[in-house]
Amino acid sequence: MGLFIAQILTGLANAGALFMVASGLSLIFGVTRVVNFAHGSFYMLGAYVGYSLMQVLPGMVGFWGAILLAGIIVGLIGVIVEICVLRPVYSAPELFQLVATFGVILVIQDLALMIWGPQDLLGPRAPGLKGVIRIMGEPVPQYDIALIVITPFVAFALWYLITKTRIGTLVRAATQDREMVSALGVNQAWLFTGVFFLGCALAGLGGALQLPKGGADLLMDFTILGSVFVVVVIGGMGSLPGAYLAAVIISVLNVFGVTYAPQSTLVLMFLVMVVVLMFRPFGLLGKEEVAGEHGQVGEPERPIKPAGNRIRLLVAAGLLILGLLPLYSGNFAVVLVTDILIFCLFAASLHFMLGQGGLVSFGHAAFFGGGAYAAALFVTYADTPMELALVLAPICAGLAAIVIGWVCLRSTGVYFAMLTLAFGQLLWSLAFQWGDVTGGDDGLVNIWPSDWASDNSVYYYIAFFLCTGGILLLRQAAHAPFGYAMRAARDSARQAEAMGINTKRIQLVAFTFAGIMAGLAGGLFVFSKGSIFPNELETARSFDALIVVFLGGVKTLSGGWVGAAFFEGIKDYLTRFEYWRFALGLSIIVVVILGPEGIVGSLRKAGERFGLLKVPEDAK
Amino acid sequence: MLEVKGVNSFYGKAHVLNDMNFEVAAGTVVALLGRNGAGKTTTMKSIMQMVRPRSGSIIYKGHDITTWPSHKVARNGLGYVPEERRIFTQLTVLENLEVGRQPPRDGCTTWTDEMVFDLFPNLAERRNNRGKALSGGEQQMLTIARTLMGNPAFILLDEPSEGIAPVIVEQMARVILQLKSEGLTVLLSEQNLHFAQAVADGVVIIEHGTQKFVGTLSDLQAQPDIRDQYLSV
Repeated sequence: MGLFIAQILTGLANAGALFMVASGLSLIFGVTRVVNFAHGSFYMLGAYVGYSLMQVLPGMVGFWGAILLAGIIVGLIGVIVEICVLRPVYSAPELFQLVATFGVILVIQDLALMIWGPQDLLGPRAPGLKGVIRIMGEPVPQYDIALIVITPFVAFALWYLITKTRIGTLVRAATQDREMVSALGVNQAWLFTGVFFLGCALAGLGGALQLPKGGADLLMDFTILGSVFVVVVIGGMGSLPGAYLAAVIISVLNVFGVTYAPQSTLVLMFLVMVVVLMFRPFGLLGKEEVAGEHGQVGEPERPIKPAGNRIRLLVAAGLLILGLLPLYSGNFAVVLVTDILIFCLFAASLHFMLGQGGLVSFGHAAFFGGGAYAAALFVTYADTPMELALVLAPICAGLAAIVIGWVCLRSTGVYFAMLTLAFGQLLWSLAFQWGDVTGGDDGLVNIWPSDWASDNSVYYYIAFFLCTGGILLLRQAAHAPFGYAMRAARDSARQAEAMGINTKRIQLVAFTFAGIMAGLAGGLFVFSKGSIFPNELETARSFDALIVVFLGGVKTLSGGWVGAAFFEGIKDYLTRFEYWRFALGLSIIVVVILGPEGIVGSLRKAGERFGLLKVPEDAK
Repeated sequence: MLEVKGVNSFYGKAHVLNDMNFEVAAGTVVALLGRNGAGKTTTMKSIMQMVRPRSGSIIYKGHDITTWPSHKVARNGLGYVPEERRIFTQLTVLENLEVGRQPPRDGCTTWTDEMVFDLFPNLAERRNNRGKALSGGEQQMLTIARTLMGNPAFILLDEPSEGIAPVIVEQMARVILQLKSEGLTVLLSEQNLHFAQAVADGVVIIEHGTQKFVGTLSDLQAQPDIRDQYLSV
């Protein structure tokens, strides 16, 4: 009984930081409609800034003062980000804002590395709260008790601010109808900035408060992001009580998970989320999100047309150069281009469902890594030959996509994206924690191609044919009536339904098709590397794909593979620099603001301006 | 007080307003008449800068406000009452009024909660109810009350009589006349000629985004053919 209570108390204490970060995210989303991916980074900054302040501020007052100051400083950093990065992209489609905040993650990661160095920092313990108290014989740290007491106060202050003050009333009004609030004389821009300050300050506060429990390290940003999304989604986007409730549920669950089922702690959290969303698609205390019927902002997307003769000629020439590659270049280039081709197919599959279907998935790595793991598991446990494994990989990924898609597609927009992220994390946790089967962190090794294909050049041809074939197949599907139906469901689900298109089924088929292609890429990947590790299933991998799709050009047909080829091509060079993340993050932000058409879109524009490409009649 | 000069507005590539030109003199009520989709709401939103005119200008009290952000337009005494009853349904009546509240303005009535409740007694009883619990008529009253809380000198009323019970339509007409008697200038859009006849001094008729008639109410009554051609009576 004592242990039981002690564990509940630990869970409640852990819920504090989680609640603060989640409520900040929820608040920002409610008003600005931006899902702030960089929120975990502000949490991390809170920990680092708090750590540095605690070094200089002495005693008990210094400790708590440092925590408060850390919150304020992080809030101000948030204001800078809001003004410089988000203001220019508020009117852009959701995905652009996401990518912009992702750029912020990369920049902050390297800034933290520059300032605080790569080593983990051990958080100082709170002066005066260093001991434990015994509850029914079980030791509970005094600091935990302090956190349990503090969190409801923060929650109450927040609740009071939102429900009882003029600012809060304006915030709630803006959550519902920003345009109207503006027409009533409220300066939206500053309201947004204010909310961003508050949200980021909460994240910073959370980061500083957990210092005595967890310290500060460079991985905190992504580690917390998964849990925060789960909390926000379970609690309901925009609901403060929901965020608190969900933070407590998740934290308590985690503590018990560690004790009774240490192999499944991560999986447990995502399972709870999936179950909640099955029954309450908008979270425990959330309200239905009314999706806008206005379609996409900005210039209308151009109709998709088959490539002209010049482009076809160009592609044929490119394929010829690629096809003859092993004849005129060395081993290094052959292996590099194999990698590039595989990544191109992966990115093209995401681009297909994102660009054509409007389905923004944060967990596409589930199918890439899933296909790779499927192939590796068949080889390891059933001695399956490569040829068969390459068939089984896309099939397994496709089956997974049917199940995952069926659940995720019950939601739309942000909830859909978060669900895909959760499933991605679920698969990653399975691979990571189910060590007996998957090898855990050590991965699966010795997955080599059959003898006849073991030469790099031969394997190159296998990858070449399968990847270009897959990309062409995806392109073909976009031109087929199926592609028309996808775009109809993307642009106006209601009208598409009224015309007799079963939009959910179309989306599920598209999701599955994209999953199959990603699985094929994964299968090819595992045999080219000879091994597979859980990081191929990570959220970061899904984001890689999202970023290249975006850099290539979302609103173009070939943006996916072009972006992937470009990115993977320069990655090897880029990553030699110490602070390449900083450079990459900054370039992403610049592209979002200045060149949102991406590589392909910009090339097309340039081509049209210089008369190399014809401007279609309807775009004049 | 307000001049609309050669305004052209677009939604994407669709040309919605075509060279609108009219004036509203201080202290008068002007009715913008036209059928559904004629461009009445777009005219209002163009004045409020919620839709940016691509050419032409809006002059308010001598200032060219065409490039101002909406909130600045509102802060200079132009109050907008939207047509779709866009109240904040999750907020209570009092909170809705709070969102509309602005500092006092020279030469304008400074409205308080109690004053708008005197104007709309129905709202007084429901002051702590959420917006979504109100009837259609009450919601319409709340949109007007909320805008009055900004102490406007000029209000834009988008189809105040649409979709509400006849008794309340009469009340609306009385309210508009009362506001006019207190010195407010009003531009209202209507499909309903009878309602306009009850309150308006001047009339602007638009169809397909083009204005077809500008004049006083008596001018219009002298030309029944125009009335029959552009308005469904």
